[in-house]
Amino acid sequence: MGPNMIVTVKQVPDTHNVTGDAMKPDGTVNRGALPAIFNPEDLNALEEALKVREKSGGTITVITMGPPKAVEVLKECLFRGVDEAILISDRKFAGADTLATSYALKCAIEKVGNFDLIFCGRQAIDGDTAQVGPQIAEKLNINQLTNIFEILESNEKSITAKRSIDGGYEIVKSNFPVLLTVTGEANEPRSPSAKLVMTYKNIDEKVCDDSYDSAYIEPSNNFSVKQIKQWDVEAIMADPALCGLSGSPTKVKKIENVVLTAGDVKQVPNTQEGIDELIQELTREHIIG
Amino acid sequence: MAGKKNVFVFIEQNDKKIAEVSLELVCEAKRLADKLNVDVQAIAIGHDMRDELNLLGHYGCSIVYYIDEQRLSDFTSFPYAKIIVDMIKKHEPRIVLFGASATGRDVAPRVASELKCGLTADCTELEIGDYKAKGKTYNNILLQIRPAFGGNIIATIVSPESMPSMATVREGVMKMSEPDSSLTVEIVDEKSEINDEWFLTEIIEICREERSFDLKSSQIVVSAGMGACNPESLELVKKLADTLGGVVGSSRPVVDSGQLIKDHQVGQTGVTVRPNLYIACGISGQIQHRAGMTDSKRIIAINNDPNAPIFNIAHYGIVGEVNDVIPKMIKAYKAKA
Ligand SMILES: Cc1cc2nc3c(=O)[nH]c(=O)nc-3n(C[C@H](O)[C@H](O)[C@H](O)COP(=O)(O)OP(=O)(O)OC[C@H]3O[C@@H](n4cnc5c(N)ncnc54)[C@H](O)[C@@H]3O)c2cc1C
Ligand SMILES: Nc1ncnc2c1ncn2[C@@H]1O[C@H](COP(=O)(O)O)[C@@H](O)[C@H]1O
Repeated sequence: MGPNMIVTVKQVPDTHNVTGDAMKPDGTVNRGALPAIFNPEDLNALEEALKVREKSGGTITVITMGPPKAVEVLKECLFRGVDEAILISDRKFAGADTLATSYALKCAIEKVGNFDLIFCGRQAIDGDTAQVGPQIAEKLNINQLTNIFEILESNEKSITAKRSIDGGYEIVKSNFPVLLTVTGEANEPRSPSAKLVMTYKNIDEKVCDDSYDSAYIEPSNNFSVKQIKQWDVEAIMADPALCGLSGSPTKVKKIENVVLTAGDVKQVPNTQEGIDELIQELTREHIIG
Repeated sequence: MAGKKNVFVFIEQNDKKIAEVSLELVCEAKRLADKLNVDVQAIAIGHDMRDELNLLGHYGCSIVYYIDEQRLSDFTSFPYAKIIVDMIKKHEPRIVLFGASATGRDVAPRVASELKCGLTADCTELEIGDYKAKGKTYNNILLQIRPAFGGNIIATIVSPESMPSMATVREGVMKMSEPDSSLTVEIVDEKSEINDEWFLTEIIEICREERSFDLKSSQIVVSAGMGACNPESLELVKKLADTLGGVVGSSRPVVDSGQLIKDHQVGQTGVTVRPNLYIACGISGQIQHRAGMTDSKRIIAINNDPNAPIFNIAHYGIVGEVNDVIPKMIKAYKAKA
């Protein structure tokens, strides 16, 4: 029997294309101002889980915490063949830092129960913290292997993998249950399967009140409730005081946009004389020897 | 002792040798501790490294709590996190700093989770200051400053209610002070309770290559970007670095292309450098790259696009083709000598 696997995935704003109004005055992210994408390293985490299942069987459940619109990443996971997808969504989760996020995910994982392997991306590109994975592991009181870039072996009870460390790598082995965080070097994630896209084409996205978010899932007609579930604070039996803003010890005091200090660049003509002059100036100032 | 609420540094060691980032953090902790009128203390976990720990004193650390056990020679998450938590509960520091290294970023979140404290990742600056919220003022708390959102903003994060405040800090951003070998550190042997069931990771092999060059401490860095990402240009970049006695750096896409190894990468996800001279060859100057080199004393930018953002931070700008400009620089340098 193969391992029961859980993958946590996050929908993130595409921080590669950031505009001025991406941050709200209160220091939180204005997600509306940026396209939302599948966090890149979470696709790598998913890919590793799919590879393990191809080799040794087992099941894959993906979990995301986010606004209803985050169901989009769950669909992407279904298109790649996961068995079950869960959206953790509730206004009470809003404003969560890594501690509150990992707490909510831990509650959801406990509700899923019976897991051998948990895969997270190494880090999410909105915060670049890389903290949620290890914090889930701590809250579940299980072992963790971070920065995994290659799985060497997995069997019914253990996994052996390479993790990158400063200046090199190490080969580590852990029994189940264990949480892995996966880096972008691990693999080239697969594309959605056309067949599965057709299978799930009837998952509706319904518009709901815009103060919260735009899209909503409608687990109605054509697909079974088993495939996408939506849980709120109560469903995962979480303590509301430990969720969202109230469960977050870190606060944003101040946000500054990074501005270029344009100005005193000295134009050096691209001629031998110009460059001779530059080298001499740098020598006089003892910048070069 | 507990009443004083000191500043703690987690001392990272590889092969019994203290990691550079830990020494940088001791220096930074000293600066913060002086403002708060408290001491710098450290937690070291490992085996047979007592002599090495003396080094901490030279940078201003007054006490190191040392857990010596053979099974703890190499880092693994579970027991290290448990012991650090134990030490923090026992000695009640107000601030705990970790390197934003593979080890620091592995263990610090676990520690923060167990203590239910805030943790700010990958800080580039730390300060002591006040924070006001909901009619309450928190005095002299740790201000944790870090780039966020792909480096497009700089955020100041606080954890006002957390005791302690915790942060990981990137290697190379905190300046080392001159060591003073007349200063000594008190090494306190700690007997933390260690449970056999904590050893859940088996390390089969550790493979660390000595870096053949030292990007971080080189005084001259010549970096190749996508505008120099072809064999001919890269050859010229190397030649210029050799001629000037510097080392080769690069932007990330050059590393991604496989033409240079990761150790060359400068920037947010690479190395932070602050050399006397940084020559950016065919680098556009995106924020993630600038994050690792803006503090260079002099920056020369070579770029064929006069509007490239790199010119906004460069001291000298040369608009032109990499393959045309570099030979002139080599020639100029050789003519001078
Ligand atoms: C989370 C995150 C982390 C990142 N971390 C880093 C990091 O640590 N380091 C890093 O460098 N990047 C990092 N990046 C990538 C960064 O955003 C940029 O993509 C990268 O710095 C661009 O590299 P470049 O300037 O070499 O390439 P380009 O942006 O493609 O610029 C090439 C430049 O060369 C010029 N050029 C082209 N041909 C010539 C020629 N023949 N002669 C002269 N000039 C020429 C062009 O005008 C252009 O300005 C990161 C990105 C993300 C999202
Ligand atoms: N809201 C979330 N929902 C599901 N997974 C998450 C969420 N936030 C973080 N994660 C997981 O934790 C990893 C690290 O995130 P971070 O600590 O934010 O850098 C991500 O790559 C995801 O696998």
